[in-house]
Amino acid sequence: MSVQTIRNVFSVETGYRLSDDQIVNHFPNHYELTRKDLMVKNIKRYRKELEKEGSPLAEKDENGKYLYLDFVPVTYMLPADYNLFVEEFRKSPSSTWIMKPCGKAQGKGIFLINKLSQIKKWSRDSKTSSFVSQSSKEAYVISLYINNPLLIGGRKFDLRLYVLVSTYRPLRCYMYKLGFCRFCTVKYTPSTSELDNMFVHLTNVAIQKHGDDYNHIHGGKWTVSNLRLYLESTRGKEVTSKLFDEIHWIIVQSLKAVAPVMNNDKHCFECYGYDIIIDDRLKPWLIEVNASPSLTSSTANDRILKYNLINDTLNIAVPNGEIPDCKWNKSPPKEVLGNYEILYDEELAQGDGADRELRSRPGQSLGPKGSRSRDSGRTVLTTWK
Amino acid sequence: MLQEESDLSLIIAHIVQKLKGSNLYAQLERQAWTSLQRPEIKLESLKEDIKEFFKISGWEKKLQNAVYSELSVFPLPSHPAAPPEHLKEPLVYMRKAQGSWEKRILKSLNSMCTELSIPLARKRPVGEQKELLNKWNEMGTDEPDLSLFRPVYAPKDFLEVLINLRNPNYENGDSLSFRTHLGLIQVPLKVKDIPELKEFFVELSLNTGQLGIDDSTQVPPELFENEHVRIGQKVLEEQDSAAAQQYIRQGSPTALRAELWTLILNISGQSEDILYYEQLKANVIQHDLLVDSLIYKDVKLTASNDDYYFVFEDYLYQVLLCFSRDTSVLGHFAYNSASPPKSYIRGKLGLEEYAVFYPPNGVIPFHGFSMYVAPLCFLYHEPSKLYQIFREMYVRFFFRLHSISSHPSGIVSLCLLFETLLQTYLPQLFYHLREIGAQPLRISFKWMVRAFSGYLATDQLLLLWDRILGYNSLEILAVLAAAVFAFRAVNLMEVTSLAAAEAVLADLSTLKVMPLLQIFLFATVT
Repeated sequence: MSVQTIRNVFSVETGYRLSDDQIVNHFPNHYELTRKDLMVKNIKRYRKELEKEGSPLAEKDENGKYLYLDFVPVTYMLPADYNLFVEEFRKSPSSTWIMKPCGKAQGKGIFLINKLSQIKKWSRDSKTSSFVSQSSKEAYVISLYINNPLLIGGRKFDLRLYVLVSTYRPLRCYMYKLGFCRFCTVKYTPSTSELDNMFVHLTNVAIQKHGDDYNHIHGGKWTVSNLRLYLESTRGKEVTSKLFDEIHWIIVQSLKAVAPVMNNDKHCFECYGYDIIIDDRLKPWLIEVNASPSLTSSTANDRILKYNLINDTLNIAVPNGEIPDCKWNKSPPKEVLGNYEILYDEELAQGDGADRELRSRPGQSLGPKGSRSRDSGRTVLTTWK
Repeated sequence: MLQEESDLSLIIAHIVQKLKGSNLYAQLERQAWTSLQRPEIKLESLKEDIKEFFKISGWEKKLQNAVYSELSVFPLPSHPAAPPEHLKEPLVYMRKAQGSWEKRILKSLNSMCTELSIPLARKRPVGEQKELLNKWNEMGTDEPDLSLFRPVYAPKDFLEVLINLRNPNYENGDSLSFRTHLGLIQVPLKVKDIPELKEFFVELSLNTGQLGIDDSTQVPPELFENEHVRIGQKVLEEQDSAAAQQYIRQGSPTALRAELWTLILNISGQSEDILYYEQLKANVIQHDLLVDSLIYKDVKLTASNDDYYFVFEDYLYQVLLCFSRDTSVLGHFAYNSASPPKSYIRGKLGLEEYAVFYPPNGVIPFHGFSMYVAPLCFLYHEPSKLYQIFREMYVRFFFRLHSISSHPSGIVSLCLLFETLLQTYLPQLFYHLREIGAQPLRISFKWMVRAFSGYLATDQLLLLWDRILGYNSLEILAVLAAAVFAFRAVNLMEVTSLAAAEAVLADLSTLKVMPLLQIFLFATVT
């Protein structure tokens, strides 16, 4: 079902009711995670809550930055937070920021700015602004642009990872082992003269495939295992494992952040497309989450990957290929996971308590994170494995 | 006894001569002079004290590594009176065949040159030089018109030459019997059989731990992997080339591989080497060679379309363009059966004073040449290091894959080894394929010429190349090729044409190299 259809199905006006044997592939209010502005709002709220509770996860360093929860670049909503943004902008006037429309996808409408004058339109006090309505379609977010991405072969790339969520409360999510990296066809340069060149900065295939150098055989895509091999060979095993652990951590935290507000309808499951960028200090950043990740394919390998993805997703969501019953406990047996691995299973995590130390190979099979409870203190990250 | 002694002194003399001209010698001398200031060096026991100092400070190790490196690379002189051609290639008919092959290649190159009216070399105008310097890091985006260029030759052309090799002294007048060699290669070279291979590759046997097998997810790391990594780190600390070479026979952990290869190939990474690379780069900027366009075309045809290596396209240009101008590569022709082609300054054909080696490094690239460099990009991202590693790999191993010689690691021996293994241990399969017109060598040749680069998944390829370095031999390529055929034997028995056989063996990217090798060598009932 597409997102539009879902909106109709769950809308109050239409009065549809899903029966017990109907399962749909979106949560009713998935936009809490997949709209850029709501995602940031939810994560900010989650962080503040943890801080109020005094949770060790919300610990900050001397500069006031969160130690464990700083994984989204500084973001503001426009025009609502315009003044806050200006304040931040003036603190480091040479920085670049990226403007993204909240409700669009495939890189549409995105542009980079490095001067306040470029976003005059969104200024709240603008007298010339005929842009009065704050309808959600015209809202933008502005984030600090990561101008030091990790480059391989001189090119910028991002990671696309697939995460399947079968239920939010208790949180049960699976990560697809075969994610991929999307490379730009043009060499990266942070130079201001190339800020308008989308082929340098945006990795969306929808954009890159119109570039002169786009190659239809490999599609500018690398598997995550290639990335791992490259990083382990050139940077070492520990930092690579740490990077991948942090990526898993980010995903779980983002899901936990929206879990309280998500309508945990038992008829629903969802497969998200997570976009992550790694900077040159090997720190991963969450860029956005997509509710309808592209399932079309640009190359032969791609088609095989997407086919298996859909196959494995349906095997987990609807077990045994039988008519589903939404009342089932949503715990599929290990054999049907296919290329998915359990990323986080809240039930198992809470059931086993904090002292269960699981022996698993770093970065490979993940297993339920038994020691992921909130009161495990500062050893939180080291017991992640 | 006397013969051995004189052999040894010959080798020693040769190595001393080689090392005397090297940078290491100058460094050791400098170190010796400065060490005189140290309190522990006393005038009475000067020689011993300095030796002791070298031992402690690690310089002795460096010297040891350099000696070991020379021993590994340079073939031992067989007889003091042997002429230099014998060092290149002892068999006359092979030398002749190589000579005529080279003539063919050069003719092809020259005719392309006249057809397209492009000079073999020309000096770039200043504007073009500036442009190239700006674009040095992204030469991949420049798309000159390459449609008229064709690769000078492809592996299959070379295969035809090898098939027609005959030893004029060998007359196999006997009628066809079960001993007759059914394959394409018809020269009588000595190749190892499986019992000899088992001995040679003893570290790959079933009861020895291997990376590529014993580090898979099902095996707990305490059994082998952790200990192996620990030993690897120790070897790196000691900086011992010979130990590293022995260690890597069981595979190298991904994180240590770059350093281990550097150690085994004895690359020092000194500032002089970086300077040398910069000089080569300057040469590229100043002059344009016809060979450059060939390299360009090759990269565009092969690596740019490869799922694993397309990311590194620009590095490939940077390495290969510099490589063709590197005259130090000419040194390896002393033990390579090939000889660098000569070209003459315009208008002075035939006059020796105006002869130059063309290309400057004497190596004419063929279709697929850039794939030798591509896997190395996964290990080294600094261009001058990448360059040095590639150059060393080329002058130690890769050159043997496209020159005609009787060396056990030469491509002719590899082909013969492959065919013999297949015929001896899978006779039914061999006979069947031959009957349907699908001689196995026609399929496996391209794998071996490229050392499997571009056919295997990169992590598997690197495990295979670990063993090439560890055993200082390319024979493992032939063994792997036979093992692949053995693995897919069931499917191959059912095909009825060459095209179908090619299809069965088209995709090797899912193969795991080490289990295949182990099973073929140690677990097949012979």
